[in-house]
Amino acid sequence: MAIKKSMRQRVGVTILAWVVAFLIFFPILWTFITSFKSELDAIAMPPKFLFFNWTLENYVEVQQRSNYLKFAFNSVVLSIGANLLGLLIAVPAAWSMAFAPGKYTKDLLMWMLSTKMMPAVGVLVPIYLLFKTLHLLDSLLGIGIVLMLINLPLLIWMLYTYFKEIPNDILEAARMDGASLLNEIVYVLTPMAVPGIASTMLLAIILSWNEAFWTLNLTTSNAAPLTAFIASYSAPEGFFWAKLSAASTLAIAPILILGWFSQKQLVRGLTFGAVK
Amino acid sequence: MATQQTATAGRALVSPSVILLFIWMIVPLAMTLYFSTLRYSLLDPDNTGFVGLQNYTSFLTDPDFIAALINTLVLVISVLVISVGGGLLVALLMDQPVFGLNVLRLMVIAPFFVMPTVSALVWKNLLMNPDSGLFAWIARSLGFEPIVWFTNWPMLSVIIVVSWEWLPFASLILLTALQSLDEEQKEAASLDGAGAISYFGYIVLPHIARAITVVILIETIFLLSVFAEIYVTTSGGPGVATTNIPFLVYKQALLNFDVGSASAGGIVAVILANIVAIFLMRIIGKNLEG
Amino acid sequence: MGSIQLKDVRKAFGAVSIINGIDLNIENGEFAVFVGPSGCGKSTLLRLIAGLEDVTSGQVLIDAKDMTNVGPAQRGLAMVFQSYALYPHMSVRGNIAFALKMAGQSASMIDQKVRKAAATLNLTDYLDRKPRQLSGGQRQRVAIGRAIVREPKAFLFDEPLSNLDAALRVQMRVEIGELHEALKTTMVYVTHDQVEAMTMADKIVVLDRGSVAQIGSPLELYNRPNGLFVAGFIGSPTMNLIKGAPAAKRGAETIGIRPEHADISTSAGEWPAKVRLAEHLGSDTFVHAEADGMGQLTLRLEGEAPLTPGQSIFVTPREAHLHRFDKDGRRMN
Repeated sequence: MAIKKSMRQRVGVTILAWVVAFLIFFPILWTFITSFKSELDAIAMPPKFLFFNWTLENYVEVQQRSNYLKFAFNSVVLSIGANLLGLLIAVPAAWSMAFAPGKYTKDLLMWMLSTKMMPAVGVLVPIYLLFKTLHLLDSLLGIGIVLMLINLPLLIWMLYTYFKEIPNDILEAARMDGASLLNEIVYVLTPMAVPGIASTMLLAIILSWNEAFWTLNLTTSNAAPLTAFIASYSAPEGFFWAKLSAASTLAIAPILILGWFSQKQLVRGLTFGAVK
Repeated sequence: MATQQTATAGRALVSPSVILLFIWMIVPLAMTLYFSTLRYSLLDPDNTGFVGLQNYTSFLTDPDFIAALINTLVLVISVLVISVGGGLLVALLMDQPVFGLNVLRLMVIAPFFVMPTVSALVWKNLLMNPDSGLFAWIARSLGFEPIVWFTNWPMLSVIIVVSWEWLPFASLILLTALQSLDEEQKEAASLDGAGAISYFGYIVLPHIARAITVVILIETIFLLSVFAEIYVTTSGGPGVATTNIPFLVYKQALLNFDVGSASAGGIVAVILANIVAIFLMRIIGKNLEG
Repeated sequence: MGSIQLKDVRKAFGAVSIINGIDLNIENGEFAVFVGPSGCGKSTLLRLIAGLEDVTSGQVLIDAKDMTNVGPAQRGLAMVFQSYALYPHMSVRGNIAFALKMAGQSASMIDQKVRKAAATLNLTDYLDRKPRQLSGGQRQRVAIGRAIVREPKAFLFDEPLSNLDAALRVQMRVEIGELHEALKTTMVYVTHDQVEAMTMADKIVVLDRGSVAQIGSPLELYNRPNGLFVAGFIGSPTMNLIKGAPAAKRGAETIGIRPEHADISTSAGEWPAKVRLAEHLGSDTFVHAEADGMGQLTLRLEGEAPLTPGQSIFVTPREAHLHRFDKDGRRMN
């Protein structure tokens, strides 16, 4: 272990690791490649790997036929809007838990976590009926509120673990300097916690973007985000693989890139700080 | 640590989130509980009435429920074994001195960011299609008959798709845990003459035991509610071969419009999830003390 | 203006009592130092004055006004923290200006005051740097600068020098002393280091397990400690405390003699002893000796004393400087 591996060994492990990683990544790569094929090339046997007529027509057609941009817009609005709203509620709550903890703060944190573990089907029926009554089905507001609420415990938890790392002294100094609570949060805490808040937001956006229970059940067309857009390809458009691939590439590319930036925080966020 | 003023402010600032989460979870849950004791069909909304535990008995004795329960367990356990076992192997491999670790990590984690509807459709069509999918081509090239995945092996197919989604998660977290094992401990072990097996058993495994537990628990929570993958590939079929509890509840509620029965199913799902949640919360709670 | 008055102030965290009823007056312009071993409650007492903690009972008066239930922002006090607690995301300028900005002062006024404070503290060249780009001593100055621009009623210092190295500590001690001379503002200073207390204070408050052991000027505490605790705490090296026959002979339970208040002779004297170690500092010689039947004695001789380990000596205390304590540890006479 500590003894230096010989170069040969090192090259060997490297090759093995690259093969494994390539196999795991392959379905994404394959989707990406297929998105540039004509429909005929896409189902050709034997498969065409790189030598075919690369074309952008699928991307054009996906937009024309199913109005990709509308779904993408909904995804963006929902995942960013819902979590900005969530942040407004979560930052004060996390401040309170990190810097003014009471007797029940820990229990409260655990309770919030427990709401995250409640399976969605447990509340599907009443939420669906409630939304129907309030005419919130298939509305950006309705699904946005739901996305905000399902991420709220995660936001609070992640912010809490970041805030805990900020020395209390500095907030006390602000108080001595005559800062009101609002000023303390706005001018001192928030700027210091920017990296933490940013990575929290990033993870929350990724999770909202990919959320596929509520978005499938509470939206149909107007407020439907990309998850529902792709689901509509299950049939009959599913037979048009090149277009499915183009649509899929468009749906996952932005979040894949964001996700690559946030790997480190991902571990911390998804395990509620249990693994750092 | 705080003064009365900050304590008061603290309570005021934490309350919006508490109230919202309360409304979001407890109230609908109570409603679900209430609906589960009613005869209540959206097709016949005027004919409602209290039926006690009848929804539960009919839901629990429904052969579909037994099938769904078994399917849920099979799905959860198989994916756990594949993703945690595979993830551990991947993590151990990446923890070796390899070239280009950063790029490798990006490739391995990527599937986790793919939305469930996309992964399911890409696997179903591009890879597992028996006529022109890539797997069919590989099978034929090797002289085998292609497997008709989603028709003949529906549950296995779903398991493969879901495992692919979760393997990266396990790999990433276990790799993070492995990398926090400090270099000096590794050196001490090798100086003590520990072989590869005993090194793994006595040093590595205890060090990442907690991370493994956390991965298992978190995955279980998510796997108990797998929905989109089934929704876009098999719609629970053929028959009920891939219907798990979330999908069964969805079918009762939004396809059969039977609110009472769906609610009873929802409560069953909540109980199942809570059994896992209690263990997970204990581990995370311990972490809070530190 | 800036007088501070504590009336029967108590503080308990749950069942644990930290401050057990303290009455104290700090006059306007005074330099008061709270000193005591760790855990004596000195920092808590400062935080109670600052308003960062609530008193459990009792009153805190600032300029004769009851401030017990007023938040820290409204008390008009400034604090320098042990960790400096600088805002890491703000420049030096931003740190110093923050309180003024919070007070809603005009930009030109703020700029003028920041410049003046920076000039006083030799920080002018560093105004646009971030705290992490500064040395320990510079950070300390920024923390002080942040306090002085506010023109507070009083400055509170919470062990401000404990993160600095020894040489810098002496220098900052002098600077804080000069600052007090220049501003004539009340200062309350917490430290565990009795040398800091002795050199800086007008008034020292010695705390012991949440209660005041003694209040007085540095020399009062040095010359007339009111009990064994203060006697042992003030002065370096610490006072020799002797029980048994030598004490009984003087009608006391315990007698105390400072290392510098005893004479050493190689031929004759009251207490025969053997030298165990002699520390030669040049200006002084510290002699650690084992006296027959009395245990360890520490003695301080001016200049160089030609003593070697194992040598027999005789120690004679100067009666005028002898402290006598009764069986409860209180000063007699």
